[in-house]
Amino acid sequence: MTSLDARAGTVSPSNAPTKRRRKFSARTLLIPAIAILLFGLGYPVIWQFFISFQEWGRPQLFGQPAEWIWLDNYIKIVTDPTIWGIVVRSIVFCAVTSAITVGIGGLLALLMKAAGRTARFILQLSLLLAWAMPVVAAMTVWIWLFDRRSGVVNYLLVNMGFDQFYLFSWLESPTTFFGLAAVIVVWMSVPFVALAIYAGLTQVPDEVLEAAQIDGASGFKRTRYIIFPMIRPVLNIVILLQLIWNLRVFTQIKMLQDRGSGTSDYDLLGTFIYKTGVQSFGLTAALSIFVLGLTIVLTFFYVRSMLKDEAI
Amino acid sequence: MLGFKAKRAIFSMIAILVAAIWAFPVYWMINSSLLPNVKLESRIPTFWPDGGNLNNYQNVLQKGDFFQALGISAAVTLLAVAGCLIIAFMAALAISRFRFKGRTSFVLTVLIVQMLPAEGMFIAQSQMMSNLGLKNNILGLSLLYMAAVVPFTVWMLRGFVAGVPIELEEAAMVDGLSRAQAFFRITFPLLAPGLVASGVFAFLQCWNEFTVGLVMMTDNANHTLPLWLRAFVQSSATRAIDWGQVMAASTLVAIPVVIFFIIVQGRMTSGLVSGAVKG
Repeated sequence: MTSLDARAGTVSPSNAPTKRRRKFSARTLLIPAIAILLFGLGYPVIWQFFISFQEWGRPQLFGQPAEWIWLDNYIKIVTDPTIWGIVVRSIVFCAVTSAITVGIGGLLALLMKAAGRTARFILQLSLLLAWAMPVVAAMTVWIWLFDRRSGVVNYLLVNMGFDQFYLFSWLESPTTFFGLAAVIVVWMSVPFVALAIYAGLTQVPDEVLEAAQIDGASGFKRTRYIIFPMIRPVLNIVILLQLIWNLRVFTQIKMLQDRGSGTSDYDLLGTFIYKTGVQSFGLTAALSIFVLGLTIVLTFFYVRSMLKDEAI
Repeated sequence: MLGFKAKRAIFSMIAILVAAIWAFPVYWMINSSLLPNVKLESRIPTFWPDGGNLNNYQNVLQKGDFFQALGISAAVTLLAVAGCLIIAFMAALAISRFRFKGRTSFVLTVLIVQMLPAEGMFIAQSQMMSNLGLKNNILGLSLLYMAAVVPFTVWMLRGFVAGVPIELEEAAMVDGLSRAQAFFRITFPLLAPGLVASGVFAFLQCWNEFTVGLVMMTDNANHTLPLWLRAFVQSSATRAIDWGQVMAASTLVAIPVVIFFIIVQGRMTSGLVSGAVKG
């Protein structure tokens, strides 16, 4: 646009020709973003969607045409007990870790509010430290903490009198394997939840709480009838994000499997998809579409609650 | 009934106890990284790195493949972040400065797409990249990272652009600047902090990414830092793990990230729940 246009526009900055040119340039600005999203995400997802209706395995990798089998891959997900077991296990794992995370996160947020300034700062710093740890680095530490022979956790448990933990291997039964995975996931995700809820709590005006106290409301009643409704929007978003994030616990499970066992008893959706891979891509694609579908349903609620509070 | 001060003291003590528990794994990583393996393999743990040294770090750094992985990570991340910032900045400008048909659908797409899990797409992405000959390729991985971080960056930058009042630009145009001049001389300098913050976030995402890297970089020679660290643990899985070195390696990977993260985290918390806390 030349400076002449702009000077003409000073009389009325939104006259018709300028407006049309602006609209044109606005859409042009979006082209690179749309292009990279289509390339990196759009195309693979659409391709995967079509393949999920095909018999696509090893022969197709070498150029044989794939056969359309429509819903067979999806039927297999529901009917094959191993795969169905993994689906159910993933959903249960996601729900349980999210519930524990939000519970502990909420309690820590209340604790931050109740503690003195120095103690609060120390707690926040410690949470930040845990949050900032790169997942892979954090996983190596946790595996080391729970090491069978020289791990500090077994040592402490034995010293507290639980002799059954002498040389106890946490990764050799699915129950303790997923228990440990849940502890790690909770440790990693509580910081965000606690800090977000605490930020919400600081928005609750002290005057309201004081007034309620003068009127005789107990601590529990104040939490239940004043604090809780006021932080509910934050709580909703935090819960949704936890559900979305805890569906994708790939790195944690993968690295625990590296040390323990990699059989399907120890799989969640991510690791199972990785393991099956292109060997039977039709089935993998169907599972991936299932994961994406589940995420999109959850994301829909996230987006809706974002939209409710903010004009976009 | 306890007094207010006594209650506060009790809560403060609990808070410090929780803080100690939460930070313990991080402490344990640093502690172990300073201790010789004789002490680490003993049945009785050493809780304080008394008489520790930097030998583990020396051994890790001497291997050479650490620096190779560092180089790959740096190249992939740099390409992805630079590309992402340019692309996202243009898009953020469009959606916060202009009203046009399709704008709302674009914003909605951005919101939804940033939640899609890599685990739902990575096999398809890897297959596509191998068809294009971009597997085990720095450019290939950085393109996928770009696609992954563009949505969140657009979302963040959009807030920053909207924070600079359009009136500033219009005033400059009244004073005789063209629209482009007004933008680059007035608005752009005000956006610099926002660009830096968004860049750091994109950096952290790409630098720590594991899943897509794992399917894309199958050659050891192309491992990024997280993949290198995982392979490091795995390679010693059959023998006894050299925990001292593994912890030193983890510390090396973690420290720069932790510092960066702590500097910018406030914006992330508020970005994710933005709009939810308006009271």
